[in-house]
Amino acid sequence: MSGELFAFLVLALLAILGGILMLNLTKVIHMLLSLVLTFLAIAGLYVMLSAEFVAIAQVLIYSGAVTIIMIFGIMLTRHNDEQKNQGNLTRNIIVGAGVVLFFITMYISINQVSFGDQATDLHVENTKQIGVELYSKYVIPFELMSVVLLVALVGAIILAKRDDEEEAEQK
Amino acid sequence: MSSLPVNAYLLLALVLFCIGLFGALTKKNTVIVLISIELMLNAVNINLVAFSKYGINPGITGQIFSLFTITVAAAEAAVGLAILIALYRNRSTVQIDEMNTMKH
Repeated sequence: MSGELFAFLVLALLAILGGILMLNLTKVIHMLLSLVLTFLAIAGLYVMLSAEFVAIAQVLIYSGAVTIIMIFGIMLTRHNDEQKNQGNLTRNIIVGAGVVLFFITMYISINQVSFGDQATDLHVENTKQIGVELYSKYVIPFELMSVVLLVALVGAIILAKRDDEEEAEQK
Repeated sequence: MSSLPVNAYLLLALVLFCIGLFGALTKKNTVIVLISIELMLNAVNINLVAFSKYGINPGITGQIFSLFTITVAAAEAAVGLAILIALYRNRSTVQIDEMNTMKH
């Protein structure tokens, strides 16, 4: 067994373990923390795929920012209720059957995929390559992305802001 | 050069996507549904990065696409959380099946 295969197997098992724990744990905060394990394992997989910058971004954004935002969401709402009854059983069975059908369909088509060549120079100055491409070929999507972030920021503040005037009118 | 076939990465991404899909459709807490959607986006990101190394035209483009996806996912998480807080203020619940009317 080569070292690469071993690293892939460990990381893949950790990622899937985090997902399975998310489905089976009862406390909401534990589900969220088990998904951090998945996100970190995925960052390790990015390093294996010679995408170091994306791996760092994954650790910073997903296992840092998004998880903290979601923990805020849990803590600001009702955080100590446990999910005792997991919905009705028939819905779970129907959804599970659909997901399994989707899995089999995609698995059959994945098995037929094979590509010949591999990129060999992705790990050489990875961040520099990404920066050059972003500011030459993809400069318009990059600027649009900053507009998206700004709109999301303003929208989130407006949505979550307590509407004082409306409440005063209702009283 | 790596000895692993691309199918291994695609299969792992498929498994993670299926877990996220199942969680998003069956879980009752809104925060868990949101984070399941994040998991599905992450599985797609694995595919993009894998194709940037193994695809027909391997290159850096797949990694740039995955960076864009990560950005949109972060924006989606922020807006989703704001909607969740607004709903909780009006209905004082976070369970999906109790949010069945748009007016209160």
